[in-house]
Amino acid sequence: MELLVASAVGILTAAGIYLILRRRSFPVILGLSLLTYAVNVFLFATGRLVSGAPPILNKYEEVAYTDPLPQALVLTAIVISFGMTAVVVMVALGAYLTSKNDRTNMPAEPEGAGDDL
Amino acid sequence: MNHLLIMPVILPALVAPFIIMVVRHHLDLTRIFSVASTVLLAAVALALAAQAADGTVMVYELGDWPAPFGIVLVLDRLSAMMIVLTSLLALPILLYAIGSGWDARGANFHALYQFQLMGIMGAFLTGDAFNLFVFFEVLLIASYGLMIHSGGGRRFQAGVQYVVYNLLGSTLFLFALGTLYSVTGTLNMADLAVKVAQMPAEDTALLRVGAVMLLLVFAIKAALLPLHFWLPSAYTNAPMPVAALFAIMTKVGAYSILRMYTLVFGPEVEATAGLSEAWLLPAALLTLMAGAVGVVGSKKIGRVAAFGAIASMGTLLIAISLFTQTAAAAALYYLVHSTLAAALLFLVADLVMERQGHWITPQLPMPQIGLISALFFAAAIALTGMPPLSGFLGKLLVLDATRSADLATWIWAVILIGSLITIIGMARAGSLLFWKGYGLPHEVEPEGETGAEAVAARPAQLPFVACFGLLAGLVGLTVFAGPATHYAEETAAQLYAPAVYIEAVLGEEAQ
Repeated sequence: MELLVASAVGILTAAGIYLILRRRSFPVILGLSLLTYAVNVFLFATGRLVSGAPPILNKYEEVAYTDPLPQALVLTAIVISFGMTAVVVMVALGAYLTSKNDRTNMPAEPEGAGDDL
Repeated sequence: MNHLLIMPVILPALVAPFIIMVVRHHLDLTRIFSVASTVLLAAVALALAAQAADGTVMVYELGDWPAPFGIVLVLDRLSAMMIVLTSLLALPILLYAIGSGWDARGANFHALYQFQLMGIMGAFLTGDAFNLFVFFEVLLIASYGLMIHSGGGRRFQAGVQYVVYNLLGSTLFLFALGTLYSVTGTLNMADLAVKVAQMPAEDTALLRVGAVMLLLVFAIKAALLPLHFWLPSAYTNAPMPVAALFAIMTKVGAYSILRMYTLVFGPEVEATAGLSEAWLLPAALLTLMAGAVGVVGSKKIGRVAAFGAIASMGTLLIAISLFTQTAAAAALYYLVHSTLAAALLFLVADLVMERQGHWITPQLPMPQIGLISALFFAAAIALTGMPPLSGFLGKLLVLDATRSADLATWIWAVILIGSLITIIGMARAGSLLFWKGYGLPHEVEPEGETGAEAVAARPAQLPFVACFGLLAGLVGLTVFAGPATHYAEETAAQLYAPAVYIEAVLGEEAQ
């Protein structure tokens, strides 16, 4: 299981970084999403990998349990990254619709060009 | 428990939704509520600073969950100083945005402004590393909205860059926090400090990875070279009052470095010793030079201010990167100064841009040229560190604190040469903008009111009030430099005695 999780995090991160370096809004946004998936899986692994155990301590008998805190952290991270992805999609759409261009690098601007931002 | 401590977060968090949901369609009402909230925020911040001034560390446990299990807010001298600075900076900028009409050029300016303040206040107050991440996201998501306020092609494109760069930074932040949690099993800063200090030296590889990733995240926020690339186009293309508020955002990064690398990964912690010193100082020196050269090379007035902000971050990070108590005291004084000076320069840049556009080219003299050029002169003197304003004192303190450092020759050379280059750049921008125009042949005045004449006909008072308010802050910092440096020294002393902080958060038995 360790190998599976580690390689999933690694491949997601690599793919995400590759896509972000594509410098077009759509691949960049996909890359950011992949990176956030990678970090979510990674956060799960920080509480040690346990399968099939409840995130609850039992004071009456010794039972296996899993660390609940990373699950709370992942939940927060998912909510935040979901909101952030929505924001970046809207901003990228705005940039595309106003400048008819989906590149993420700024075009050169001739000196003295109009002030209409 | 002192409930005043959570007010800087709660107050904007309540006012912002109220503005969106109830008074959204009444511009005057949104202005009234926004200004009232900011004034109240300043009063709360000052009251808290008065309580923290005697060196007590106040702790607020959210939901009364004891640390390290619940989230805590912690108020010490450094936090108090930062929240006072934020609230006193926010008020003139808000008045400027109202006076210049920027807040009416797009939707929801005031609500976003309040959310931005909530995020900044929370980041300064929190005592929990994951909570710091959450407040970073709150202030970032509000800043995305403010940055693209009133829209436009280039502003949106710069906005995409800004959002993408900061989302990458946030992802790295999560990776760093995950690594730290997997090693220490806690994210409470005080508890982290205890656990990191107890860690056996041969078992700290992952801890060092986490510490360096965390430093990289804060370096992105603090615009440290080579992670500064988001800043120039974002600040140049943002509305200038927003860029002025963003002057405190780079300081959030500097504050986080100062907090984490004195409390958790302090100089005496063996596991992480020598990790940051090796490259933080050279990078800070490069930041200062890049900022200075950028000021000279800028063709737009907003870019001059943006690179001026980068240069001042370079000076600040030089002082921080030494990690000594005297250097930290100098850094804190310079931090307050450079925030006010950079904000003033952005506001003056907006006054210029309203009248003759972005480009630094000779044009016919603009309306109110005398007043604006005087303000530009004052802002340039402050930011470059010329006497008589506080920038000179701040740089003098930094130079004095770095005298015994290993690279003292390099530090002195870079700060002095960097200041000279910045002065040249500011002088070039100022003379092109304000003097060259008098030599131009006057064209025949066209009939009807042009944009410039419309501004001349009804010059708004409030923007100038706001600018002079910031300038008064700089003058005050110069006149009361004695008490201010005294406070900075006490703050630095508290930073380098983290036992008090840890004891306040965790109780005595943790020691």
